[in-house]
Amino acid sequence: MKFADFITTKAIRAELKSHTKEDVIKELVQALLDAGEIDADQQEDIIASIMKREELGSTGIGRGVAVPHTKHPSVEKLVGTVGVSEEGVDFDSLDGERVQLFFLLISPPERPGDHLRALENISRQLRDETFCRFLKQSKTADDIHQLLEEADDNQFVSG
Amino acid sequence: MNKSPLSRTVTVRNPEGLHARPADMLVRTANKFGSTIMIGKDNELVDCKSILSLLTLGATQGTKLTLTADGNDASDALDSIAALFEAGFDDNKQPKGIQPAVDS
Repeated sequence: MKFADFITTKAIRAELKSHTKEDVIKELVQALLDAGEIDADQQEDIIASIMKREELGSTGIGRGVAVPHTKHPSVEKLVGTVGVSEEGVDFDSLDGERVQLFFLLISPPERPGDHLRALENISRQLRDETFCRFLKQSKTADDIHQLLEEADDNQFVSG
Repeated sequence: MNKSPLSRTVTVRNPEGLHARPADMLVRTANKFGSTIMIGKDNELVDCKSILSLLTLGATQGTKLTLTADGNDASDALDSIAALFEAGFDDNKQPKGIQPAVDS
């Protein structure tokens, strides 16, 4: 699975304004709403269920990366977006580091495989230091979109 | 004491596969041991103490993975980690899996 398969370009956010875990999640869910990927009347429920998932254990998986996510019956396919925070946000990460890169995912309940393949793609790409560094330095949504495209074309991953 | 790495095969049993929470559980358990612990498909073994590496496996339900441990506590490490796979990472503790308590 490639980024292009699940990242909504119009919902990509560089220079996130939020400074807390909950606000970052709200900002990215709002971005998906603005892009027309989710229903307005489901917005609050989606935010609540992503926050509930965080209570089970932070999705801050280390290296300044978090993958807040949930299953939600209102989406018909996996939808996701990317946000970058220049100063980083305290996300209760497993390694204690502040999080700069956020990949927010919402998947249909009956498609666990798609969610796993998205996680696989994200984690494979993020193992590459250069990709990680460039993403964190991105100043515009266009920069991020371009980096994701380059990653999809295997310009960062050797094996 | 053990000179060569110990190895065994584990199977992903839970329907959701090896997603973020099971990966977190694996790392926490692996970190209790001094042994070097690796896991993966035949030719691609990754560090079982790195959540990012575990997620790269994209292991769905039914996937068989090779688990190896090298070090003094290798045997205990394999037992502990294999037990997590056997228990399906307690993924089914979610509401639909809850059974009414019955005393009979």
